[in-house]
Amino acid sequence: MARVLMSGNEAVARGAWEAGVAVGVGYPGTPSTEVLENLVRYEGVRCEWAPNEKVAAEVAAGVSFAGERTLVTMKHVGLNVAADPLFTLAYTGVNGGYVLFVADDPGMHSSQNEQDSRRYAVAAKVPMLEPSDPAEALEMTRAAFEISERFDVPVLVRSTTRVSHSKAAVEVDGERHGSGPRPYVKDPAKWVMVPANARRKRVDLEERLGRLSAYSEQSGLNRIEMRDRSLGIVVDGAAYRAVREALPEASVLKVGMVHPFPAQTVRAFAEQVETVAVVEEIGPFLRDLVALAGVTPAPVDLPQWGEVTPSVVRRAFGLDVPEGRPSVDGLPDRPPLMCPGCPHRGVFWALKRLNAVITGDIGCYTLGAAPPLAAMDSCICMGASVSMAHGAALVGPGRPVVGVIGDSTFAHSGIAGLVHMTYNGGTGTVVVLDNRTTAMTGHQGNPVSGVTISGAPGHELDLEALAHACGASWVQVVDPFDMSATLDALKAAVEHQGVSVLIAKAPCALLQKSSKDPVAVDEELCAACGACIQLGCPAISRADSGKALIDAMICVGCGQCVQVCRFGAIVPAGPACDVGGRAR
Amino acid sequence: MSGVTTVVLAGVGGQGTILAGDVLAKVAMAEGFDVRLSEVHGMAQRGGSVVTFVRFGECVESPVADPGTADHLIAFEVIEAARQLPLLRPDGRLVVNQRVVPPLPVLTGAAAVPGDLEAALAAQGAIFIDADALACEAGSSKSANIVLVGAASAGLPFSEATWAEAIAARVPPATVEANLRAFQLGKEACLRGACRS
Repeated sequence: MARVLMSGNEAVARGAWEAGVAVGVGYPGTPSTEVLENLVRYEGVRCEWAPNEKVAAEVAAGVSFAGERTLVTMKHVGLNVAADPLFTLAYTGVNGGYVLFVADDPGMHSSQNEQDSRRYAVAAKVPMLEPSDPAEALEMTRAAFEISERFDVPVLVRSTTRVSHSKAAVEVDGERHGSGPRPYVKDPAKWVMVPANARRKRVDLEERLGRLSAYSEQSGLNRIEMRDRSLGIVVDGAAYRAVREALPEASVLKVGMVHPFPAQTVRAFAEQVETVAVVEEIGPFLRDLVALAGVTPAPVDLPQWGEVTPSVVRRAFGLDVPEGRPSVDGLPDRPPLMCPGCPHRGVFWALKRLNAVITGDIGCYTLGAAPPLAAMDSCICMGASVSMAHGAALVGPGRPVVGVIGDSTFAHSGIAGLVHMTYNGGTGTVVVLDNRTTAMTGHQGNPVSGVTISGAPGHELDLEALAHACGASWVQVVDPFDMSATLDALKAAVEHQGVSVLIAKAPCALLQKSSKDPVAVDEELCAACGACIQLGCPAISRADSGKALIDAMICVGCGQCVQVCRFGAIVPAGPACDVGGRAR
Repeated sequence: MSGVTTVVLAGVGGQGTILAGDVLAKVAMAEGFDVRLSEVHGMAQRGGSVVTFVRFGECVESPVADPGTADHLIAFEVIEAARQLPLLRPDGRLVVNQRVVPPLPVLTGAAAVPGDLEAALAAQGAIFIDADALACEAGSSKSANIVLVGAASAGLPFSEATWAEAIAARVPPATVEANLRAFQLGKEACLRGACRS
């Protein structure tokens, strides 16, 4: 046994490895990404990035079907994409253990919504375990594989940002305990979900849920900590840590298996305490289940959005909270921004000049919505840029409509939208920002780059050929660092009658091993027009004189500003000295 | 919670706060404390504000620091020091890297940095460290985060040897010596109380 400092995501990977998982598969998404990135480092586990979560869940279904243990990973919104196979896999059950890890993001640190994956467990009728910290993440991942095989059902393990991205001491014993492969047996009554079989499995699922319910009551995953009996808190996940810190004297029922919900345990707990209250993040979920169990929870003034911290709990129970130093007024915001030398910048600069309606998508390039580029008008979900562009063009906003989507996002769910566009005689433009990586989540390979999670080369999707095959009648590739070529290509694309696809291809600035020499402003030539400032490059600012100023420490010499300067005032500078931390 | 020490590391994405937090957590763990660390990735990586919490003690429950609970605020940047100031307890310790990294709204002229920011922080008892200059003095411009780890160490109950071990294990092998010098320079600067030039 060794005690190791681990993040929740590292612990899930460790737990899966200890459980003898054979295949891990997922799609990157904060805060879930590091599970697979850690799992791939273990011997004896095959890991794969899938183009999307539905594919990942189905690949895992194949692994389980053929008899090995498998782990699927995704963020909360990915579960929407994977929901289709999940709901029917609940009916078929498993052969090898099937665990789906999903990471929610209360407070939306890096997500477009705050959906509650706990509700999927109820809706899909599958069990869900919910760790509160890294040590539990390891234990519960291992337990999830046991439960999956014992009860013949896929199991959800739900994390949140403060579980996935917190670190704590975890006991690891260094051994794999897998059950070993199970034989593949042809069994169409189990695996072919035509209505006649599905009806039988539907009844069978209720029987399995009944046994799971009994298991939930006595498994030890739901734990009662009896202390002062005047107040008993029912709590799950990361909120448990906040309650333990804020109310150390309170009795607690920590729900570790949120579905099937341990209703009897809740009633038994309620009988031992004077008042029952529920603490949870992005509720009410537990509160409703406690009420359904026949226990009326005391009203608690908890926000129904955002994270639950110790002070949030103290406030909800009428206790005082610590006061800190005074806040400082008038501080400028510090939004995330496109890196110096980002290839997307050239595209958004050109898009802004089109006077188009721009439907956007999920990735680093969503930052193109922020001033000064401000060249994105919508961002909903993975792939929506393409389909929304078509929908908007159908009713004609009076301006050209351009969908802008990254390479990984296009492979995820943009292709189907493009097929819809051409099939239905659309006229919009799709710009694929191919920066050769899934940048926002930390540079994972994807089908467009052809880089696999293990680093081994995979097939590299030919976007041009794909766009043609989908029926686009105008397809062109442009280097986004060539600003005028990019603008000309965009103009031609939107003027084209039919579906046009422009592929802006240049690697992510953070993948560039060597940077070019920085550029500098010739003050005599600079007319202080501000054109370069409008690029939103972190290296460029306005001096007190109003003229542009380029920070040689930050500039990577990409040359975009050189091209937008009409006065030839941005010129090569010497190499930067090795001083200071670059802002990247 | 009594008996728990809370350290907040605040900075700008890319400044090395995450590595610094990791070193601190490993040192606390090596010295036998219960430790919890929490950080936020994602959008923050692209030059946004980043905050890492490290909490250690006999028994730590929450990995998150609420306003008014930080015993130490180690700011890698002046604006971020001001932004996270409410996390610091009235009797907490404030260490600030003198560097200002202007955010995009400032670069484009849409917003301004308040002129009296450093004075406001000084009035809150800030110890200013020129981490970039000390990093260069140590021999590696990239060791500014370890300078600030050194500055943090001046107020924390851990042995020199444990720090050195944790730093050596976490930085590139060729830069170990420079980073250990950076640690010392940061610690000494902090112990002098101020190095405001």
